[in-house]
Amino acid sequence: MPDPLAADGPPEAAAGPPQAAAGRPQAAAGALAREAAEIVFDGATKRYEGASRPALDGLSLAVPAGDICVLVGPSGGGKTTALRMVNRLVDITEGDITIDGRSVRGFEPSELRRRIGYVIQQVGLFPHLTVAGNVATVPRLLGWDRRRTAERTSRLLELVGLEPDRYERRYPSELSGGERQRVGLARAMAADPPLMLMDEPFGALDPITRARLQDEFLRLHGDLRKTVIFVTHDIDEAIKMGSRIAVLREHGVLAQYGTPQEILARPADDYVARFVGADRALKRLALITLGELDLEPAPYAAESDGSGATATTSLRDALSMMLTQGGRPLVVLDGEGKPLGRVSLSHVTAALSSAPESRA
Amino acid sequence: MTLAAAAPGGTVIPNFGHADSCVRHNRFFCWHWFTSHWNDTFAPALVQHIVLTVIAVGIGFVISLALALAAYRLHWLERPIGWAAGWLYVIPSLALFQILVPITGLTTTTAEIALVSYTLLALFRNVLVGLREVPGEVREAAAAMGMGRLQTLLRVELPLAVPTIVAGLRIATVTVVSLATVAAFVIDKGLGPLILRAIEEGQFKTEFVAAGGLAVALALSADALLVGAGWLLTPWARARARASR
Repeated sequence: MPDPLAADGPPEAAAGPPQAAAGRPQAAAGALAREAAEIVFDGATKRYEGASRPALDGLSLAVPAGDICVLVGPSGGGKTTALRMVNRLVDITEGDITIDGRSVRGFEPSELRRRIGYVIQQVGLFPHLTVAGNVATVPRLLGWDRRRTAERTSRLLELVGLEPDRYERRYPSELSGGERQRVGLARAMAADPPLMLMDEPFGALDPITRARLQDEFLRLHGDLRKTVIFVTHDIDEAIKMGSRIAVLREHGVLAQYGTPQEILARPADDYVARFVGADRALKRLALITLGELDLEPAPYAAESDGSGATATTSLRDALSMMLTQGGRPLVVLDGEGKPLGRVSLSHVTAALSSAPESRA
Repeated sequence: MTLAAAAPGGTVIPNFGHADSCVRHNRFFCWHWFTSHWNDTFAPALVQHIVLTVIAVGIGFVISLALALAAYRLHWLERPIGWAAGWLYVIPSLALFQILVPITGLTTTTAEIALVSYTLLALFRNVLVGLREVPGEVREAAAAMGMGRLQTLLRVELPLAVPTIVAGLRIATVTVVSLATVAAFVIDKGLGPLILRAIEEGQFKTEFVAAGGLAVALALSADALLVGAGWLLTPWARARARASR
């Protein structure tokens, strides 16, 4: 069987068009699927000695190649354990995890880890290496020659929005939190891994930096198509980042696995409903942009009503604007300021009553 | 030695009666006497002192590194090793030299064994602390990038421990430079015998001050050298210091 993780070469960052529509990642992996890997958890269980209950209890789910699968749940829900079992930082007690059909147990741990990107909240940059040295860690372990490593390093820094000339020779202590996490991201992607593991990567950042890095990561993911397993305790981040969400409960039991729309529209039980929050209807609306709706025709000679609603405005924001205006419909404009149509409260109720489209 | 031979009747102060007035009056420091005996007395003694020190610190470092690495992997080893190094450290140096003489004789080996034993505590502690201070997330990142244990040690843990290790080497080196003078009771090497002779032979101040002063100067220079080496080895620590300013 060919090695599913053998994508050693630096397949160039395919310059695909950035995802339109607020950067929602689409599940279709398309022509670049070869670069990503399919991950299957098959009854994966972790039991620590002396613990009465397992840390992760028979997790079974499949992550299609190219998807971002978010593991979300309370602390003690086993999400970090599940993540660390994939690159064998934690050994599997029972069950299995496969990457493109091949069990992670079949790999030598160091070999496996060099081909899986890993990003953690504390970043864990090597303080004694420059930014370039940090990013070059895995290429050096893989024995790439100097020139190829240097080229790859500056390319990656550009990719994560750090000007190579300005940043290459700096040390981690000279960077801001956001810059550090960008370097962490570049380091994780250095050998172009088909799979990335991210453990609350943006958790330590201030809200503005976090939102910016989330957006940039989604854009990057749209271009690069890697399978990503992403851990967070923040349901809003899960909804924003995930093409699929696995909600875990205490003791590592899977409560529900589905697309954000499915989980918000049909929580499997009270636990999931409470976890996603009483405002789950609003969260669903946040996932829909006005451009996706079947708008009412705009009244002739319509002009902007000053609301500023455009095709990329979310239905949630549109609802808020409508409520501000006493529930009146809004005129939606396109990028050039021409009216596209009108959105009204009936769009909101229709969006919430329709079944979420299945992404499978 | 020509000095002593030239003094009739075994004069206690070398060259007394034949020297200039500074020496005859046993002034605090006779520059002329010092420079005229630099080549035959002070330079060789200084070199011997440096050799004694370098060998002791070198061997002590290798032993401490091995012990610290063992204690780093096997936690339970830290107490017994720290305890043993602590005991060696508190034995008075004069006593330790005397204890060893019946076993290894009046040899350089005896001196070195004693000197090495005084480096162990500072070096073992500092290497171990340096390794332990590597942040958990850095170690985790190293493992997650696919570094093996040896690679993590060589590429991450030891480089990050350099500032702490250098601090340990400074303590050990200054201690050994100072204690090596006491080795004069065992061997006729280094600056110690000059100090001892100056005291025994009637308080000849110039030799006493010169030898003592050289020992102090050697300790300070060695310390400065280690600080400089540490500075060169850790540009990242300087960056950190700048950033936190």
